[in-house]
Amino acid sequence: MTRFAPKDERELVEIVAAAVAQEEPLELIAGGSKRGLGRPVQTPHVVDLRAFSGIRAYEPEELVLTAGAATPMSAIEAALAARGQALPFEPPEWRGLLGTQEEGTLGGALLCNLSGPRRIKSGAARDHLLGFRAVSGRGEAFKAGGRVVKNVTGYDLSKLIAGSYGTLAVVTEVTVKVLPRAAAQLTLLLRGLDGETAGRAMTAALNSPHEVSGAAHLPKGETGKEAPLTLLRLEGPAPSVAARAASLRGELAGFAAAEEVRDGESVRLWRAVREVAPLAGDPARALWRVSVPPSAGPLVAAAIAARLDAEWLLDWGGGLVWLSVPAAGDGGAAAIRAALVSCGGHATLIRAADALRAAVPVFEPQPPALAALTRRVKESFDPKRILNRGRIHADL
Amino acid sequence: MRMPTPDAAVIARRAEIAGALRAIVPGEGVVLAEEERRVYESDGLTAYRQPPLLAVLPSTTEQVSRVLRYCHAQGVKVVPRGAGTSLSGGALPLADGIILGLGKFNRVLEIDYANRCVVVQPGVTNLGISIAVQHAGFFYAPDPSSQIACTIGGNIAENSGGVHCLKYGLTTNNVLGLEMVLMNGEVLRLGGKHLDAEGYDLLGVMTGSEGLLGVVTEVTVRILPKPTTARAMLVGFPSNESAGACVAAIIAAGIIPGGMEMMDKPAIHAAEDFVHVGYPRDVEALLIVELDGPAAEVDHLLGEVEKIARANDAVSLRVSNSEEERLAFWSGRKAAFPAVGRISPDYYCVDGTIPRKRLPEVLAHMRELSQKHRLRVANVFHAGDGNLHPLILYDANNPGELERAEAFGADILRFCVEVGGVLTGEHGVGVEKRDLMPAMFDKVDLDHQQRLKCAFDPDGLLNPGKVFPELHRCAELGRMHIHHGQVAFPELPRF
Repeated sequence: MTRFAPKDERELVEIVAAAVAQEEPLELIAGGSKRGLGRPVQTPHVVDLRAFSGIRAYEPEELVLTAGAATPMSAIEAALAARGQALPFEPPEWRGLLGTQEEGTLGGALLCNLSGPRRIKSGAARDHLLGFRAVSGRGEAFKAGGRVVKNVTGYDLSKLIAGSYGTLAVVTEVTVKVLPRAAAQLTLLLRGLDGETAGRAMTAALNSPHEVSGAAHLPKGETGKEAPLTLLRLEGPAPSVAARAASLRGELAGFAAAEEVRDGESVRLWRAVREVAPLAGDPARALWRVSVPPSAGPLVAAAIAARLDAEWLLDWGGGLVWLSVPAAGDGGAAAIRAALVSCGGHATLIRAADALRAAVPVFEPQPPALAALTRRVKESFDPKRILNRGRIHADL
Repeated sequence: MRMPTPDAAVIARRAEIAGALRAIVPGEGVVLAEEERRVYESDGLTAYRQPPLLAVLPSTTEQVSRVLRYCHAQGVKVVPRGAGTSLSGGALPLADGIILGLGKFNRVLEIDYANRCVVVQPGVTNLGISIAVQHAGFFYAPDPSSQIACTIGGNIAENSGGVHCLKYGLTTNNVLGLEMVLMNGEVLRLGGKHLDAEGYDLLGVMTGSEGLLGVVTEVTVRILPKPTTARAMLVGFPSNESAGACVAAIIAAGIIPGGMEMMDKPAIHAAEDFVHVGYPRDVEALLIVELDGPAAEVDHLLGEVEKIARANDAVSLRVSNSEEERLAFWSGRKAAFPAVGRISPDYYCVDGTIPRKRLPEVLAHMRELSQKHRLRVANVFHAGDGNLHPLILYDANNPGELERAEAFGADILRFCVEVGGVLTGEHGVGVEKRDLMPAMFDKVDLDHQQRLKCAFDPDGLLNPGKVFPELHRCAELGRMHIHHGQVAFPELPRF
């Protein structure tokens, strides 16, 4: 295996062009923290993108930041925090979950479209990518989007590239929309609710005008060994948070008497949700991330738990179901996907041994017409399927 | 503006094509008579007119699929159309192409409060969605000015914004799912009621694709609980610079207003003469800042914004004390276009985005351009997100004035790009800004976009002549220039 470490765009173009000529696929890595996501990739060469790092421009008053795609997330977050801002989509930190030491990068979070609990209020990673520079699988450097928050000039390739897992182009530079960090946060805790009741409580909260920015249910608490815990987060200016918390507590009184935790303690709890801490513990079990209509979350979790030895939790007001299941056989793939047929949604196998991730579809299989379009889109950027071949689907 | 040369052979087959389409869409669903075809000859960009070959008005996805399959097989071009309110000529017909009108797709299919979404057909109006859910305390956030007329299908095509999009996002941030038909007649579903569609984000690509990739036949949008309170503040400034500095300071203080609009002196005067709501006439720039949310938050932030405005030389400041007064503050801004229409026989609305801090410089340059082109200009500006709408005043009856207005607009947009902005913030490229695309993207950039079109519509039959300044065949775009026999890998750092 050859490991290339291009130091600039020109060298990267040469490497990709040569790989195209030889028809030899490349695996792309920056921090390397997400190498365990997706199907295991077997390529003759690795391209290490760490040179594409560093903040190129940050204008807090314009709410935009431009950085090399391989800039460590910690550097981005520190720069933003210094100016009272943050990435609104709350990128998840899955080092514990994936059992890696490497640090994630800004590009990695965007290319995998990974968003945390605030997804329900502030949007996904894909909603914050305004523009990028990249080298496509044709060995050509190109740009798309812009450096302003409102732009409809040409196709929105930023959306396409976010969540493409590096299978369309090697992204070297990204521009993201950032927002002010909330001055205060508070979480209401409801204890002892079963899944279905918790689902109704979360729906009531999210349908209220109180701008709930996180709604999660941990059936066995924060550690996976306690009583059920339902969390509802409020963020904003301190007087607003206090007023909304008082109203919401009253509106949810029929479910349970809510406790309040603030700032540091609230931040810690949501970090546990974001990192899927209650389920991350046993690396021998397979972990699935399932996106469904929010009201279906508790039902889907219960249906799967009736068929498999499953531990689960809900985020996104019920719209995101995390499942820990035994890794034997198909790792629960058939049972989990069968549970989604009636409500719609998709399941992704986030953590499992390479052999399992090679054996079952890691991402939701697509109907034939959509799979064919997906393949044509891939080939329009990467006709020889050089970039991260097989990362999403075996034939892509 | 040069459109692709019409294919005379297709035009000669008009009656035959109409007959075949009538077999798919019976009754009055095929519009053929010349005077009826003229209804479709332009959209909101009325400077360009072209009656279509014919118009077809299907009412089911099955009919759309069969119409497209027929046109695909016969090599007939198709221009999709919603309400025809595009300001960039996105729905401008082709002499040798049919108009595919989605007006009959006008039903709200499902309102799902538990999942905070609504499923609608594409011909439902933008405002129609909010009206359908307002009794339950919800709304659909993107609110383009044309919202009483424009359709959600058109909003998908253009990725429409509105005055509230800094806080609530554009169309693309509020769509969950689509049913669409490809040019070959294949029906696809993207996303649904869940978040983050599986696979490549084709939903994101479809949104803002200006009708070039597929025809949308069903839309699932996210709805939001209505904020309990909204109050607006009207602030006058002695200069564009001080107004711009105030906007930057509000954002820097961590405040994201529900809406933040700016008007320059000519726009203030035109609006005040029209609506008489008490806009100050002696200021150079006027800012409308709207804060929405819980009452406690709105009151708190109004106090903060007032302090910031005073520190930035505000010379007048009023806060709305009733819903009536809030709407009055907005009425001038919302009527800015017709107000300008009153003081000039014609006006041309330009749409570009700039980094907010470059505003004073852009306005100063615009004054120079105004002298150069000998035409007046009034400016309204979505100050929160840097989206600028200069209104160029002209008289189409004076020979050459339309051309001068267009040249003025093009100069403004090129300058937007020069200062780090973009050609269009919300109106789309269409035919209007098509030939300006090279000011922002080089050939390699544009070729990557056009190859994506090839993945959806390899024969280029869907809305050709829009967005891209040059049409290329997909086979030509797909060609790779590989130097075989090259050294395996060049001398590069390895570990």
